[in-house]
Amino acid sequence: MKIKNEMKLEFLSKSQNEAFARVAVAAFASQLDPTLEELADIKTAVSEAVTNAIIHGYDSSNEIVIINARLYDNCIDIEVIDYGKGIEDVELARQPLYTSKPELERSGMGFTVMETFMDKVEVSSAPGQGTKVRMIKYISIENTETERE
Amino acid sequence: MASIDSTQEAVGLLKSYEKKGDILIVELEGELDHHFAGKARESLDRLLDDTSIRHLILNLKRLNFMDSSGIGVFIGRYKIIKNRGGEVCVTNMKPHVNKILELSGLYKILNPYDTVSQAVDGIRREVI
Repeated sequence: MKIKNEMKLEFLSKSQNEAFARVAVAAFASQLDPTLEELADIKTAVSEAVTNAIIHGYDSSNEIVIINARLYDNCIDIEVIDYGKGIEDVELARQPLYTSKPELERSGMGFTVMETFMDKVEVSSAPGQGTKVRMIKYISIENTETERE
Repeated sequence: MASIDSTQEAVGLLKSYEKKGDILIVELEGELDHHFAGKARESLDRLLDDTSIRHLILNLKRLNFMDSSGIGVFIGRYKIIKNRGGEVCVTNMKPHVNKILELSGLYKILNPYDTVSQAVDGIRREVI
């Protein structure tokens, strides 16, 4: 499928940037005329992936988190990348309620939220090298046509 | 209703609070993500230091965004209230916040109501 538009964001692993990242990706995604619900789903999934990079990927808030996003006719493809610690056991990390940081009152629902709100979630990670979360969300075309009429 | 914290960052989340007998009613505002979760937790726990409080109502009317960081905050406060034999209610959820609460199974421990006054009535009924 042909790429309609593409963007890349790089920002420091500061928690203040969680809001920046989800709002920036949502603004980019809005070019596809998503519904409010689809937009909220994208914002939430990006927030989860970026929070993971900041809390679990890095120990310091001066590292770099990268987001690549591509727009196609009917979907947005988003990658959230960190070059931090990586995940030893991706299957375990994706389990609902699993958290490696219970002391932070984390719910362990981050990946579950991403999987529920997005149509496809792929995680590639290697200990010591970092983690890449790739998420795809299809945007309902009927909605965009109705809105355009 | 009095404003809780005058520091700029806390203003982003706890809008106001009110005590009705043993019920604490707190209105949350803004976006409950990991960045604000710590502040929300601190502010709520400071209010819950008042041990005469048995029940907690969280008015989510102005909560525009929440991710899984918020789930942890809600579960933590539920544990405190449960130890006092009380209940935690949430009211006025926006569709997106409702979706997160539903997905996470939080409605098994939090009681949802349309409005704060319905939540107050609900708590009073159970007490009687």
